[in-house]
Amino acid sequence: MTMEYPDPNYTRIKGWGVDADPKNDPTYPMKKYTGDDHRRLDYRRPPQQVAEVEVLHSNERPGLSAVFGTRQPPSGLSGQLRRFAFRYSENSFAHWLPLLLADRVNVAEGILNDFRNGIIPNIMREKGMGAEWKYNRKKLIKKAVITLAVSLALLSFLRKDRR
Amino acid sequence: MLAMNYRGPFRVRADYYKPDPEIEHPGDAIVRVTRSCICGSDLHLYHGLVPDTRVGTTFGHEFTGVVVETGASVEKLKVGDQVLVPFNVACGVCPLCKQELYGNCHEANPGATAVGGAFGYSHLAGGYDGGQAEYVRVPYADVGPTIIPGDIHPDDAVLLTDVVPTGYQAAEMGGIRKGDTVVVFGAGPVGIMAAKCAWLFGAGRVIVIDHLEYRLEFVRNYAQCEAYDFRSLGDPVLFLKKTTDYYGADVCIDAVGCEAAGSFLQTFTGRKGMLQGGSATALYWAINSVKKGGIVSVVSVYGPTGNFIPIGNVVNKGITLRANQASVKRLLPKMIEHLRSGYIDPKAIITHRVPLEEVADAYHLFSAKLDNCIKTVLIPPSAGA
Repeated sequence: MTMEYPDPNYTRIKGWGVDADPKNDPTYPMKKYTGDDHRRLDYRRPPQQVAEVEVLHSNERPGLSAVFGTRQPPSGLSGQLRRFAFRYSENSFAHWLPLLLADRVNVAEGILNDFRNGIIPNIMREKGMGAEWKYNRKKLIKKAVITLAVSLALLSFLRKDRR
Repeated sequence: MLAMNYRGPFRVRADYYKPDPEIEHPGDAIVRVTRSCICGSDLHLYHGLVPDTRVGTTFGHEFTGVVVETGASVEKLKVGDQVLVPFNVACGVCPLCKQELYGNCHEANPGATAVGGAFGYSHLAGGYDGGQAEYVRVPYADVGPTIIPGDIHPDDAVLLTDVVPTGYQAAEMGGIRKGDTVVVFGAGPVGIMAAKCAWLFGAGRVIVIDHLEYRLEFVRNYAQCEAYDFRSLGDPVLFLKKTTDYYGADVCIDAVGCEAAGSFLQTFTGRKGMLQGGSATALYWAINSVKKGGIVSVVSVYGPTGNFIPIGNVVNKGITLRANQASVKRLLPKMIEHLRSGYIDPKAIITHRVPLEEVADAYHLFSAKLDNCIKTVLIPPSAGA
């Protein structure tokens, strides 16, 4: 591969160097330091949103933030797992791993809820197979043929084994 | 209302039965969405990599809209205002916000102290529904939302909510000096914008590394930079050392994050096995490609559990590692100024416009990199109503 060095004439690049700042090395003052850090949480907080649903909060803070989202409060088995997870700090795998597990359990709960609400989830559509059919048809057909062939081979092997 | 609805990894749909959002706090506003983008970081949610992503959540942290209702204490916005809404939910009064660290607000996310609040980014970022819907609740409406100036195109406005400031901050945190060689890992929307913005700080050479040829071609033209497919380079770190006279790049920017390709070990442990907070290949390469005493700037998303990166090299090379979520509100005035001056042209990165009803196809299109997709904008049916 040839190494291309750029044209040193930067006038071709509109705006070249407009934000160059000789003091910007290595720690450009991104933070507009006010000293408020040393007051810690001693500041006039915004009004507190009322929690009308269960909202889990990290045990690394004393309570809820002034505002928060209220959709999808913890429920079911996944909710139990999330409550368990929030007993541990963000520093602990015992916090994150149960949350990941809860997310997977929640997927199954979502399918059950759909059925309960009279919705039959169209999983192929949810996976965006419309776009795959439109833009990647050959690969989709190939995948479908391979899946079918492997399934048939497996089925025939299992039947043979049973005999 | 119509809204995107997450059903599980690689599964989303457009649902009509989602309840309309309501004012839940005096500082809230309700916004009718006019445009909403799918961000590369939405794909981490879509792929099931972000803990506490609950089924039923509506994603979307890059959106514009029209104010339709305001809470009792909102003073700066009124019904009918056209606004762009930064992805950060920020209170404006905590010590972090007062120091312009709007991405790190302490009053916007009960679920995690290590993460600020963000729209539509799971309960890890506050549990707010996002803007891939007809309507969205916007907390702290007097702080983040900005009225769109009349001369700003709506497509540019929606990209000012995240991708432009994030790309700019990536370059800004690089501490670029005139003549510096800047390497950007990733030619997604943020990487493209970071490459473009690196010139504004006076970079002498900008190199982008990715493996998707259509994106490399795009960034070569859009950001007037060099762009290389790492698959053709053998060892990309060695290539970068050779091309910088065996010295290393002055600045490396990680604009890829937790779904990086290029290393079997990282992919297996990070993306498939979830033994680390995603695949850290780009960050690994960035640390190893930068010069001794160089700066590595990280704006990409990683999981909270930790990653395998060569921290020993960070110490031994004396690298400055700088990272944060973009502080959108801090950067907006400058971004609008640069847009007006013609230094940046955000809307040129939009490749697809998709009705919100087809959100499942839009996600798959972006995730699978079909049809040369770079940036997708979702348009709700009520956008023009």
